[in-house]
Amino acid sequence: MNRESKSGAMEGFKAGLPVFVGYFPVAVAFGILAKTIGLSAGDSLSFSVMVFAGASQFMALNLIKTGVAFGGIIFTTFLLNLRHLLMSASLAAKIKGQNRRWLPLVAFGVTDETFAVAATYPKSIGVLFLLALEGTAYLGWVSGTLCGYLAGGVLPGSLRESMGIGLYALFVAILVPGLKKSGFIAALALGSGLIHMLLNWIKLWPGSWNLAAAIIVSSLLGAWLIPSRREESA
Amino acid sequence: MKYGWLILGMALVTYLPRLIPLVYISKKSVSEFWKRFLDCIPYTALGALIIPGVYQAIPEKPWVAIVGIGAAAIIAWFREGLIWPVLVSIGVVYFLLI
Repeated sequence: MNRESKSGAMEGFKAGLPVFVGYFPVAVAFGILAKTIGLSAGDSLSFSVMVFAGASQFMALNLIKTGVAFGGIIFTTFLLNLRHLLMSASLAAKIKGQNRRWLPLVAFGVTDETFAVAATYPKSIGVLFLLALEGTAYLGWVSGTLCGYLAGGVLPGSLRESMGIGLYALFVAILVPGLKKSGFIAALALGSGLIHMLLNWIKLWPGSWNLAAAIIVSSLLGAWLIPSRREESA
Repeated sequence: MKYGWLILGMALVTYLPRLIPLVYISKKSVSEFWKRFLDCIPYTALGALIIPGVYQAIPEKPWVAIVGIGAAAIIAWFREGLIWPVLVSIGVVYFLLI
């Protein structure tokens, strides 16, 4: 039992390293931007320490800059984070083991990236794996924010610009083994992306709903249309 | 801490959606259909995160982002692991931007 949990933590740490590498430069960019629009070091760091949500944090800086009231920023954050309801639910169905009292801590670290790594991990995962994965990612996010705020000004502009690609590369690299394995997975991912584009285009509701809506619609279609192919796909 | 309340509010509306399903849903509590639904989410989430956002990853030069992502995809196709695709895509994009 003890040895098993130790190896779970080690695997989680290893699985978290690519997320660390992806997060660090993006967090540096966050620190730089926060400083540029006049946030204190304490505020900038608190964002990353307490919120730990990349897209929401960048969105918040944008809205602060344009003078939106706090209530409006918080509401937009809520809409943007509805996708995490889905990710946490999906993750809940995958976790093995009895350590349920640690789940509130695990919940804090559920991000797009940690979820994607955990949910597609080829072996069964437990709470220790998740805590180590998320802790590694969190360290990258917080330390990157600090470095960006303190020293980001010295980086050349083109290096700062090129760092945004890292997380997309991470998403694609997570997806590729699934694509190789099954056309159904490819169809799910592509269909979801196309629905997302369509929703952005027809503008039915606030744009921050579109990501969660695309995930819901395409997953419903996936669960509904092709139930018999589940074994080879998921 | 000029933004203390904002940060606290954002932390709350970020944490609760992550917490509630994780604590209240377990393997046994969902039906076969919803299990399939939840199993689809990793892939549909990745698809919707990549498309169309990647096109705006490098503002004003979307083709650079596409080349960077292509490099990451090729590496991921031929070898396991996530670090190299991330590092190479950043390197390729940096090279194309200087």
